[in-house]
Amino acid sequence: MADTDVAKARTAPTGTPPKAGNPVWELMVRNQSIVVPIVALVLAFSIGAFLIRTQGVNPAYAYESLFRAALGTPEGLLRTFQKTTPLILTGLAVSVAFRVGLFNIGAQGQLLCGAMGAAWVGFTMKDLPGIILIPLATVVGVLLGAMWASIAALLKTSRGVHEVISTIMLNAIAIGIMDTLVNYPLQAPGDDIARTPEIGAGAKLPEFGVVPSGFILALILALVSAWVLKRTTTGFKFDTVGKNKHAAGYAGIGIAATTIYAMALSGGLAGLAGVVETLGVVHRYESTSNNGLGFDGVTIALLARANPMGTIPAAFLVGILRSGAAKLQFDTQIQPEIVDLLLAVTLLLVSIPIIAQVIFRKRAASQAALSSGWGA
Amino acid sequence: MERLWEKNRVAVILSAVVIVGMYVFWFMGKARAESMLTSAWGFAVPLILAALVGVVGERSGVVNIGIEGQMLISAFAAFFGAALTGSLIIGVLLGLGAGMLLGGFLAWTAVKLRTDQIIAGVVINIAATGITSFFYKQGQTLPGVFPRWEIPLLKDLPLVGKVFFANGPFALATILIVIVLNYLLFRTRWGLRTRAIGEYPQAADTAGIDVIRMRLVNVTLAGLLAGAAGAFLSMEASSTFERGITADRGFLALAIMIFGAWKPLQAAAAALFFGFAQAIASQLQADKVVDIPQQLINTLPYVLTLIVLAVAAGRVRAPAAEGVPFVKGQG
Amino acid sequence: MSEVLLELDGVTKWFGPVKANTDISMKVNRGEIIALLGENGAGKSTLVKQIFGLITPDSGTITVKGDPTRIKDPRDAIGRGIGMVHQHFQLVPVMTVTENIILGFEPVKGLNLDLDSARTMVVEASDRYGLEVDPDAAIEDLPVGTQQRVEILKALSKKVDLLILDEPTAVLTPQETDELLGVMKALAADGTSIVFITHKLREVLAVADRVYVLRQGRVVGEVATKDTDQAGLATMMVGRAVVLQVDKDEATPADEVLSVRDLVVQDDRKLPAVNGMNLTVRAGEIVGLAGVEGNGQRELVEAIAGMRKVVSGSVHLGTEDVTGKSPHHIHAAGVGHVPEDREKHGLVGGYSIADNLVLNRFDEPEFANRGVRNFGAIDANAEAYVKEFDIRTSGIHATAGSLSGGNKQKVVVAREMSAEPRLLIAAQPTRGVDVGSIEFIHSRIVDARDKGAAVLLVSAELDEILSLSDRIVVVHGGHAVAEMPGAGANRQEIGRLMAGGGH
Repeated sequence: MADTDVAKARTAPTGTPPKAGNPVWELMVRNQSIVVPIVALVLAFSIGAFLIRTQGVNPAYAYESLFRAALGTPEGLLRTFQKTTPLILTGLAVSVAFRVGLFNIGAQGQLLCGAMGAAWVGFTMKDLPGIILIPLATVVGVLLGAMWASIAALLKTSRGVHEVISTIMLNAIAIGIMDTLVNYPLQAPGDDIARTPEIGAGAKLPEFGVVPSGFILALILALVSAWVLKRTTTGFKFDTVGKNKHAAGYAGIGIAATTIYAMALSGGLAGLAGVVETLGVVHRYESTSNNGLGFDGVTIALLARANPMGTIPAAFLVGILRSGAAKLQFDTQIQPEIVDLLLAVTLLLVSIPIIAQVIFRKRAASQAALSSGWGA
Repeated sequence: MERLWEKNRVAVILSAVVIVGMYVFWFMGKARAESMLTSAWGFAVPLILAALVGVVGERSGVVNIGIEGQMLISAFAAFFGAALTGSLIIGVLLGLGAGMLLGGFLAWTAVKLRTDQIIAGVVINIAATGITSFFYKQGQTLPGVFPRWEIPLLKDLPLVGKVFFANGPFALATILIVIVLNYLLFRTRWGLRTRAIGEYPQAADTAGIDVIRMRLVNVTLAGLLAGAAGAFLSMEASSTFERGITADRGFLALAIMIFGAWKPLQAAAAALFFGFAQAIASQLQADKVVDIPQQLINTLPYVLTLIVLAVAAGRVRAPAAEGVPFVKGQG
Repeated sequence: MSEVLLELDGVTKWFGPVKANTDISMKVNRGEIIALLGENGAGKSTLVKQIFGLITPDSGTITVKGDPTRIKDPRDAIGRGIGMVHQHFQLVPVMTVTENIILGFEPVKGLNLDLDSARTMVVEASDRYGLEVDPDAAIEDLPVGTQQRVEILKALSKKVDLLILDEPTAVLTPQETDELLGVMKALAADGTSIVFITHKLREVLAVADRVYVLRQGRVVGEVATKDTDQAGLATMMVGRAVVLQVDKDEATPADEVLSVRDLVVQDDRKLPAVNGMNLTVRAGEIVGLAGVEGNGQRELVEAIAGMRKVVSGSVHLGTEDVTGKSPHHIHAAGVGHVPEDREKHGLVGGYSIADNLVLNRFDEPEFANRGVRNFGAIDANAEAYVKEFDIRTSGIHATAGSLSGGNKQKVVVAREMSAEPRLLIAAQPTRGVDVGSIEFIHSRIVDARDKGAAVLLVSAELDEILSLSDRIVVVHGGHAVAEMPGAGANRQEIGRLMAGGGH
């Protein structure tokens, strides 16, 4: 009956055909998610250069000093890799939670749980051989991180508490608990600094030249996360819950279970970042040594648009800046907080779709919503 | 029980506050009670102001999770503005202006550009931390002592007089702001329209209300309150600026906003309740009644927030359209 | 000679590459009732939104009472004496009737809202037009029919010369519809012009003086109602003679597949929506659930599909008790479910068509092996169904969000039939779907029945129920009030039962 209509529609164009243009331009339009952060970075560094100049320092010299310190020497490279490692992991943590529509600002608290768990295993059982001690410390740290994150997930699924608030509260509570522990029961005997005893020699992670073993682990996990999210039914469940909860419920995907699972994974990854930091770099738990790693994870995940592979370059960027900041201060008296400023400006420019709109006009890709309001 | 609670929320919260207050008064003696009340109120003031930023924003349909950043920048601008110009007034104005500027920025990104509001807020927080950390200078001081004013008659009320009515200008203004905002929100044309654009902006639009403009104006002006909260912290409460001075108060405030069911008076009562809890815990610690490390005592407001949210979140109803960008001509 | 109140000349509106209105011209005289008739998607709502200033025409002029200047926004339109009753009520649920009616034009005393005089005004208007409402009731506590009265009062509370009604009868019982039509006639007799949108021919013939018929964004005909009849209007609407009857053979019902016993289910506000429902559907028959929307149909369907908690009673599939089982379990037990709200439940707009075609089958062995998705099989599945269901798209990897309403619905129907369910629940299967797709979807539903599936059809369109069902169950107040064979069912009788005028 409807055959004539159907035939007509088949020959009709299904949409506006893409206009043929400059191939370089087309490539840029298609890769906006890469072009935009790079433009943002250039702008941020320009603003940074201006500020450095106002302090009477040659910006070229300042940036050179920063990058040379981070990348120019073996020690610098090792330090940069060490700084990058936990950032890849916390970036992944925040990204995984984004996939189910949760904004995990709590990577910091989960990381502290992981760091403390690993330190506790590392110094209480320090005589065990590394082959047992390292996995044990890792499992304990990862589980603690996962549990800490699950509290926020449970509050979300059972009571509707928004995860941004709950994870920030959990961060503050974790800091309070850890500070209490390192000041009282777990403080190293005879030490006046608030820190635990050192972990056993067997628990310390080895390095391969300038590459710490934790870094290799982080790279592998980024690849695995990307594969899981893209290729498996688990990834499909995460995305469905994140994109349309109602459809997920209709499709028989347990929303609460998926949410808790994803958040536990996220917390586990953040916890692992703490484990790697403890076993690979700090070799004990010290209150001040993990500052900001979880929060940088938020920046990294936003820069990477929750894409696991994107967390690697984003984490490198942050790692380089953090690694070179001390030398920058030594050489030029510029405060290391310039890094926070550079990242903040980059993030502002990336998150607010202004660059894409200015450059690409009507062809700017619309930003997918990553999180949801209180009620959702 | 559940219905009773829902219907009598104000009464329940207020009586809790009063009971706690009575306890404080009778069991701790007048001087102690006064100092505790003062401490509770000092804790509550920035929370109330910040919670009201959230109330105005969300009633208008815009989730503001960047209050923390607004306060931080404002505290910074107020303190260093005053220190560098040598004028307290200029400091206060800069603080208020900074809060409003960031409010305007959030409004522009959330309402005009329709960016994800949660992300926009978090980015404001990160940016505020970065900017204030970089420009922070040690060794600055305020050019003078921040004034204390007394309200005649009211200051002579027993107990509460000295606490609430002999105080710095921001603390005094907070009382007025709560009352005025409550009136504006529920008794005036502006209030009716604000509630409408937060609940069902399409309906307001078809009734001839300019939803976009109203949201822009409301969120921007609410920034003044965040500015006041920030200036209070760095000028009135402490006369110094430290990195991270806001200490997550912007997020506690959101919990207080929810606990207060998006109503100014109830939010104020909720903030006072938080203040009491904090003051009592510190007092018990100081009196050696309990021996809990200070580090743990300090987590009390955060634990309390989680509990309050777990209890209250399911029972109160958020403005229906909050967090949803308005697009004209749809729906 | 009557005064021309509204004149449209060459109004054209684009939405991106889509032309929603093309060169539309029309005239409305004072005191006249004009019907805008057309299928879903014909551009009726777009047109009236432009008259009310919600959107602006790309070209052409709209002249109101001789003034051709652009209508800037709704406030401007209201100022010119235009009122509009929207298809989706523009009422704030948590506010009172009075607050909603005065919104935007609030009387004040000093700074204070003057709610007292507002209430008096509402009561007066309510008396004048015979539209009874409680001025202090919260909108969310009112039934839809009353909400619509509020919506009309809201429009009439300003000085209105032209009242626009966008599908005002969609949510009303036949009796409420008659009342509304009466009000419209009275208003017109008073000198108010009315433009109302509908796709129901009977209503057009009952009240309108003239009809403009729209098809694919154009005016394809203008006729005085006294010069036409239902068949004539229908032909103009779809551009060819419509087949009102679906081709189908006699049903051969076999074993009971779905059996619902004394079911009680709550709605989102925790009020009982399904109240002691009893229902059976046999293999090889289509059971149509007739009822005014909001009488528990949605909650019933969601409870059967496992998406909503059952308070008491039971749901059996064959011999298996599936009461309170998960959607996953019930789907696996052989239930296909075309959900009422396809955008909300049926599809993930950001996903490809291929992913949407396996949305609830993604973890079946065919499409996933030990948790790893089989993209080869997923794509092959998509290619096959895009072809079989004639889903018009640029490719299987295009997002579902980019499809038209009819094609979205075909994706959902294709998926739900692809698992060859024992029970197919089709809730509002053709809502917002073009005529060609409606016929296609109807024939598919009949096919499923002929292959032995039990079909539960829920529709707000009585015509759809009448033309597809082998058996009709009328629901009111959350339970079945009557049951009758589909063949020869009487429309008026069903309408009376739907309104609660049962036994």
